[in-house]
Amino acid sequence: MYRGQSGQWSWLLHRITGLGVLLFLLVHIVDITLIGFGPTVYNDAIGIFSTGIIRVISLALIASLLFHAFNGIRIILIDFWPAGYKYQQGMYYIVLAVTILSFLPVAYFILAPIFGVCPQGSCANVAM
Amino acid sequence: MATETRPARTLTKYGAYQKPDRGSNGWETFSWYFFRVSGVGLIVLALVHVFIMHVSNDVSATVYDFVAARYANPFWRAYDLLLLTLALLHGLNGLRIATEDYIQSRGWRLSVTSALFLIALTFWLMGTMTIITFQPNHTLAQSILGLFGH
Repeated sequence: MYRGQSGQWSWLLHRITGLGVLLFLLVHIVDITLIGFGPTVYNDAIGIFSTGIIRVISLALIASLLFHAFNGIRIILIDFWPAGYKYQQGMYYIVLAVTILSFLPVAYFILAPIFGVCPQGSCANVAM
Repeated sequence: MATETRPARTLTKYGAYQKPDRGSNGWETFSWYFFRVSGVGLIVLALVHVFIMHVSNDVSATVYDFVAARYANPFWRAYDLLLLTLALLHGLNGLRIATEDYIQSRGWRLSVTSALFLIALTFWLMGTMTIITFQPNHTLAQSILGLFGH
């Protein structure tokens, strides 16, 4: 469409990450609804989020959310800051850098319990 | 049957949609602004939510008793209700705009918008019911009966 320039990739990534986060939102509304069925049902059901596999998969959600949030700021700057469009490419690289830099510590906190490390001091045993 | 078409949204080469022209209807302009305003709200609401549920607490600690302690404070119920509402409207409005890139006929666009609105309403009601009626150690059925004095 635009010969693979950064605007095209930011548009595609924004759309894919948005769809992914929306899909999780719908799943998440269903899983929190289970709390209305009492502690046993709820704790059994959400226990799946503590498993190693789902921890790894949830990294995709975290990365999608972070990119979508930071690229959203970039879009708003292009829309409302008169000179914003001139810096759109630079801002795209900043968005990618901030996404990766903020993703890494969050990923550490999410994955550490798989290896028996609990940075928060409040982790249950991780079932694989 | 005439298949009336509307011009596609203008995609700028910076990867975002242009604000609808003055000639287009006010609804699309409202949608354009709402998308950005809800987005700013969600950046704060969703990122703080992720921080609390995955960083300051491990996800394995976010069990029933955790929610009960949190929901003792009405602030967190209001917080979750706002997050739920903005996220559903922002997400499904995004899906509507994405599908309109591929669907040109006015009838099909209306059908898709209606379907997405029904999905938003259904999930919003589910989430709202959960957030408002939650009482520790009461099931939803017991809480609803409680509303009628049982």
